[in-house]
This record gives sequence, structure tokens and C-alpha cells, in this order.
Amino acid sequence: MMADTGSEDVAVIGNTDQTPSELQNNIKNTMVEKGGTLLKGLEISVAEAEKRTGKNAVSIQETYTVYLIETRAVDNVSEVANPTPDSLWRRYSEFEIFRNYLLVTYPFVVVPPLPEKRAEFVWHKLSADNMDPDFVERRRVGLENFLLRVASHPVLSNDKIFYSFLTQFFVLCLLFYSRLKALNATFRVKNPDKRFAEMKHYGDELQSVISQLLRVRARVADRLYGVYKVHGNYGRVFSEWSAIEKEMGDGLQSAGHHMDAYAASIDDILEEEEHYADQLKEYLFYTEALRAVCRKHELCQFELEMAAQDLISKKQQREELATGTVRTFSLKGMTSKLFGQETPEQRETKLKTLETQIEEGEEMVKERTAECDEFVKNAWEDIERFREQKDRDLKEALISYAIMQISMCKKGIQVWNNAKECFSKM
Amino acid sequence: MASCPCHWTSGKINPHHLHNYPLCHTMIDLPHAILLQGERSSLDLSLPNGNAVDTSSPASSSSLLNRLQLDDDLDGETRDLFVTVDDPKKHVSTMETYITYRVSTKTTRTEFDLPEYSVRRRYQDFDWLRSKLEDSQPTHLIPPLPEKFVMKGVVDRFSEEFVETRRKALDKFLKRVADHPVLSFNEHFNVFLSAKDLNKRQGLALLSKMGESVKYVTGGYKLRARPIEFAAMGEYLDIFTQKLGTIDRIAQRIIKEQSEYLVELREYSPVYSSWASSEEELQEPLDGVAACMANCCSGLEELTEEMSEDFLPVLREYILYVESMKNVLKKRDQVQAEYETKLEAVAFREDRKTPVPTDVEKCQDRVECFNADLKADWDRWQNNKRQDFRQLLTGMADKNIQYYEKCLAAWESLIPLLQDKQEARADTN
Repeated sequence: MMADTGSEDVAVIGNTDQTPSELQNNIKNTMVEKGGTLLKGLEISVAEAEKRTGKNAVSIQETYTVYLIETRAVDNVSEVANPTPDSLWRRYSEFEIFRNYLLVTYPFVVVPPLPEKRAEFVWHKLSADNMDPDFVERRRVGLENFLLRVASHPVLSNDKIFYSFLTQFFVLCLLFYSRLKALNATFRVKNPDKRFAEMKHYGDELQSVISQLLRVRARVADRLYGVYKVHGNYGRVFSEWSAIEKEMGDGLQSAGHHMDAYAASIDDILEEEEHYADQLKEYLFYTEALRAVCRKHELCQFELEMAAQDLISKKQQREELATGTVRTFSLKGMTSKLFGQETPEQRETKLKTLETQIEEGEEMVKERTAECDEFVKNAWEDIERFREQKDRDLKEALISYAIMQISMCKKGIQVWNNAKECFSKM
Repeated sequence: MASCPCHWTSGKINPHHLHNYPLCHTMIDLPHAILLQGERSSLDLSLPNGNAVDTSSPASSSSLLNRLQLDDDLDGETRDLFVTVDDPKKHVSTMETYITYRVSTKTTRTEFDLPEYSVRRRYQDFDWLRSKLEDSQPTHLIPPLPEKFVMKGVVDRFSEEFVETRRKALDKFLKRVADHPVLSFNEHFNVFLSAKDLNKRQGLALLSKMGESVKYVTGGYKLRARPIEFAAMGEYLDIFTQKLGTIDRIAQRIIKEQSEYLVELREYSPVYSSWASSEEELQEPLDGVAACMANCCSGLEELTEEMSEDFLPVLREYILYVESMKNVLKKRDQVQAEYETKLEAVAFREDRKTPVPTDVEKCQDRVECFNADLKADWDRWQNNKRQDFRQLLTGMADKNIQYYEKCLAAWESLIPLLQDKQEARADTN
């Protein structure tokens, strides 16, 4: 009873006004509705994070963080948001399930990624602990970003489950991971679409290069931290030295203060840089979604090729039966040779069955071809959309990174100019 | 008193010395000495033996006193001796390979036969000069030389950086001697600057010509207590050495951290370039970032090199200088101890009517000479130290500013590259 849309993989329990059949309808109906995304009518934010303790599914006490999703309806005419928001709390795992739902339901969409599950590419100062307030804060921002991406997507934003996820309390759980697993499998395909193969390759390269960048960044941050902090030692020694000097004392002392300021400035600098790292991480995770779409194409193609192959073999069998020639080796052929041929009646029945199968086979191939074409069309559209988004976003990220570096240089110049002034007054 | 124990060549008392350290000769005439320093006109200078002081030397007393104004920066107008060390050259002989430096001198002093000199000297020669100065001017602080020995295999003695660092230190050394009102008139210094071939035997001959060199006793006498002002100097030097050592360690640590930072930073460029090659729209911006990173790397490399070559050696030199100064303080202690011991020995004699024996008097002279020289040198040293460190630290700040300015320029040039493309896109949309 496996429906194509995989609606049975998602069960919605709790307070919901949607019946399973309605759900199924919704999924079928959430096809592309270009323009008019959810974001135009709704302000979405992940406003807060809180720690909770409770018993989990296996009755073990655990501490976890919940995030507050706030929504405000925007008046379409005046474009002013309703001041009092609707809100509900959700934890990270719920976001994960919701995203998996999207992956399964919209296999042709490059689904926006969630912020990382565990802190990776850390440099020494940053805690790898999920409970660390900095990590929680960055996760909050990441979750908000995820919701905004979904809400601004031409296809995803129309999903009714999405709206419910934002506004209604229900517990979303994912049964039957089969479809999800299928997304991760790879298939050997005879005639893959060249564009998808290239996209997959690009996805691999992008993942590799961003991973490298993030690793380098972590090491660089570590070292840079050391350089700045050691300068703080100048502050102390200049202060001590100034105590035994007469005319030089003041200059040394003030210069020492500037060295202290210099050493302290690295904390803010590295925190800002974290933002750039997060932007890169989002696209790192995006590459997985991209690859998932390519794999889904392979799956479609594979199923089509299977159906086509099956049809060919059935047609061959019919031919053999009709002409009596055995073109290919088969056990049946051998046995009939050895033990005598079938009766004309038996042959007649067989032929009839084959004909039906061939008819069905042809239908199957037609269907699958149509599915494939449809998939390719939709997927390629979304990939194009993704590509443009990626170029825009990454360019913005590079610009703000450059601006950040400029600010860091300017701060450095200022501090050293201040110190220089103090030295010249020695 | 027949002759000043602070031995000078050529028998006549050098007027510069007199003006600089009046206490040497006018111990009784203390107020007279103070007058000497304060007033520039109508100086009533006379030696204890009644002879008038020769003030006809080109470096007149007023210009001398100008130079003694310790608050002023020494400007070129009052100087009459300019020395430079440059042009290092490698010499290869069958026996050894070594570097010589050109020592150029320009002067108007009559002590020199010519107004200009240009000679070649090697490190050994500088070392010879320094030990001669130490021997002949034991009451003065002799500037330090750069380290004599370098570990073969660890440092390349003939590398450009090493030779340049050494040249700067040798130049500093000679300039400090040349600026010193007493040391610059030393006969050995003169020979060093002017003789075509520095024959060390020549130096020895000079020494014997000077008459008996007064050897200062280096041991055997215990000093009861250092006078307050010298004790303060000693304390200052102890703490100062400590702080210099700390600063040296910090500077080294910073250079190390910066080098390690540089190693990691270098990794950026190739990754950005590699990324650029798989992109279309983003190719130019990413290549731009890669180029930016490379620029920052070279800037950082420059900074680290300069700190290594310019900052650390000067710092280390001062540590040597301080050691030198401490030794002079110890010598002074010895001289005082000798005097006090001998004085005590005499005091025990019952016959108080016996005049103070000449050798005890000589000791007293020595002590007071030494103290005067040392105090004057101390003040001069303090002043120079202030200037040197002002220059050194300002230099450090400048190097860092230059580094950041280089990086700033690189990043700023990237922005229009990135933003133009954005705008172009916006226009076509």
C-alpha cells in the first residue's frame, strides 16, 4: 500500500484538525504555486531559547533546549504586523523530523538545511558543548534562518504542515523511514542526465572546499588568538617598568593600557568571524540536500530503466514463443527441448499472459517516463533557483567578511597609533 | 697634585675632560665647579697647579657646554665628529673567510690629521678597540658590542640578515663612542678610525708611551656600603635588566606565535583558489579573496622579519649595556673599598700628625674621579636610553601599523570588485 507520495511515513498525532485523508490531499495539492510565498503574510522568528528537563521516550531524565517560534500575521494592506504574536516551543529534534518530512515529500527540492547538530570545526575557545550558551544562541539564529528559507521558497512555503509546524501544537513523528533511507541510496544508472551528474560533482567539490576552509579557519582563529593575547603581557611589563622610570614612566604606562586593549579586542573579532563560519556551514549542509536531489533523479531514472528493461525482456519472450526460436538461453527453453514442447493450448495461455504484461509494462514505462520528465523539470527549476540564491548569498557573505577584515585592520591601526603616541611622549 | 689620575695622553689636561668632570681637579673648589657648569661666560679656569686651561681648542667651552646640556637631543650642529659603519664585504683567504666593514669618519677636530677617513675594519678590530677603551677608561661606561660568538650551524655568519644586524650594532657602537665627550678623544679610538692598517702592536706601543697605566685593583677589598646614589643605580639596573629580559621573551613569543599564525594563514589562498575554479559567478570574487590572503601573508612575513632583525638585537644590546654598567659599578665599589681600607689602616696609626700618605690621597682622588665620571656617564646613559627606547618602541608601533595598512589596502581593493558584480546583476534583473 505504498503510495508514491509517502504520506504514510508521517503521522500526526495530538491536537490537529487534519485527518489522514486530508493530509494526503494536501500533499498532492502542494504543488508549485509560483509567487506569493508564506513570508509575505507572516512574520516568523525564533525569539528565545530555554532549558527544560523532562522524561524522554524511555523514561530517562534529560536536559534539553527548546526554542520559541513566534509568528505574527501581517496585514496585507497596511503591511503592519499584528503586535501580539502567536508562539510555541519546539526542540531541535522536532525540526529534524519536520525537515525529513520535507525531504520525503518534495524530493525535487533542494531543502534548506538545519544548523549543525553538534559543534564542529571548533577552535579551542569555543565550547563543543551543546548546552553552551554561545552554541545555543547560534543555533537559535540557525533555526530561524531555516524557517525563513522554507517560508520564502516558492514550493515549500505552501505546505500546510509547515504552517501547522509554526502555529499549532502537535507532535510530529516520523514512522517508516523507508523512503528516507531510499534517498540516501545510490543507483547505477545507464543514461544519467548529464546536468545532474555535473551538479552532483559540483556538490561534492563544494562540500570538500568548504570543509577545508572551515578547518583552516579554526586553526587560524586559534593562532590569531594567541598572537593578540601575548601582547597583553606587554601591558603588564610596561606598567612594572614605568614604576622605576621618571620621564619615561607616563608614556610607558599609557602604552601598556593600549596593549591591554589590543589583547582584549580579539574576542569580539573572532565572535564576528563565527558568523561568517555559520554562513559557510549553511552551504556546506546545503550540498547534502543538493546531492539528495541528484540521487532522487538517479532513483527515478533507475526505476524507468528497470521498467524499460523489463518490457524489452517480456517482448523478447513473446517473440520467442511466437516464432518458436530460442534466442537467448533459458532453462525453460532447455527443458522444452529436452522434454518436448508445450501443447498449443499451453502456448496460447502463455502468450495471452505475456501480452497483458507487455501492455501493463508499456503503461509503466510511459508513467515512469512521465514521472522522470516531471521530476527533471521541477528539480532543475529548483536547482537553478538554488544556484542563484547560492551566488547571491555567498557573495554577500564574502563582502561582509571583507568588511569585517577591514574593521579589524582599522582597529589594529588605531591601537598601534595610540601606543605610538604614548611612546613618542616617553 | 702633579697630574690627574684620570690619565690623558699627551701630558696636557684635556679641557673637555675638565669641563665635563670638574670635580676631578677642583675638589676643594666645589662652588667653583658648580659655577663652571652654570655659566658660559668669563670662566675662570685654572688647573690646581696654576696653569691656565687651554681653551683655544676648536671645540670651545661653550659648544662643549652645549653638548653637556643633557636635556637636548644631540643635533648635528654641535657635533664635530661623524662616524659611519657600512658596506660589508666578504673576504676569502686561504686561512679564513671574514667580513670587513667600511668605517667612514668626518671631523674638524685637531686631534685628527685629516678631515676625512675611510678604512676597513673587521669585528676583531672592534673587539680590540673595546677592550682598549675598557682598559684605558675604566671609570667610564663603554658601549657594548654585538655578540662575538655565534653558534656555527645555527646562525649563518655570512647571511645578509646577520651581517646587516651586526653592521647596525657596530655602527651604533662607534656612534656612541663618538658622542661620548671623553671616550671620543681616546687615542685608541683615533687610531681605529684613521690608521690604514690597524696594527695591534701599534696599539701596544701607544699604551707604553702613555706612561704607567694605572691598574685598578679588581679584588681583595670589601666595600662596607655603597653610597645611596650608587645603590639606587644598582637597584635600578637590577630591575631594568629584569624588565628587559621579560620584554625580550615577550617579543620572541610574539614572533613565534605570528610565525605559526602565518603558517595556518597560508592555507587559505589555495583553498579559495580551488573553490574559485569550480564556480562561475563567484570565480572572480573568490580569486580576489585568495589574492587578498596572499597579500596579508606577505605583510605578516615582513613584520615578523623586521621584528627579528631590528627589534630583538637592539633589546639584547641594552641587556649587554646594563651588564657593562653593573660591572663599572662594581669596579667603582672596589676603588672605594681600597680607599676606605687604606684610610682605616692609616687611621689606626697613633701619629695623627703625619700627613695623609700620598697613596691614600691617590686613592681618594681615584674614588672621586670615578664617582664623577660615573655620575656623568650615568646621566648621559639614561638620556640616551630614553631616546633609544623611544625610537625602538615607536619603530615597533610603526611596523605593526604598516602591516595593518597593507592588509587594509588589500581588503579595501576587494570590496569594489565584489560590489560591482552585485550591482551589475541588480541592473540586469
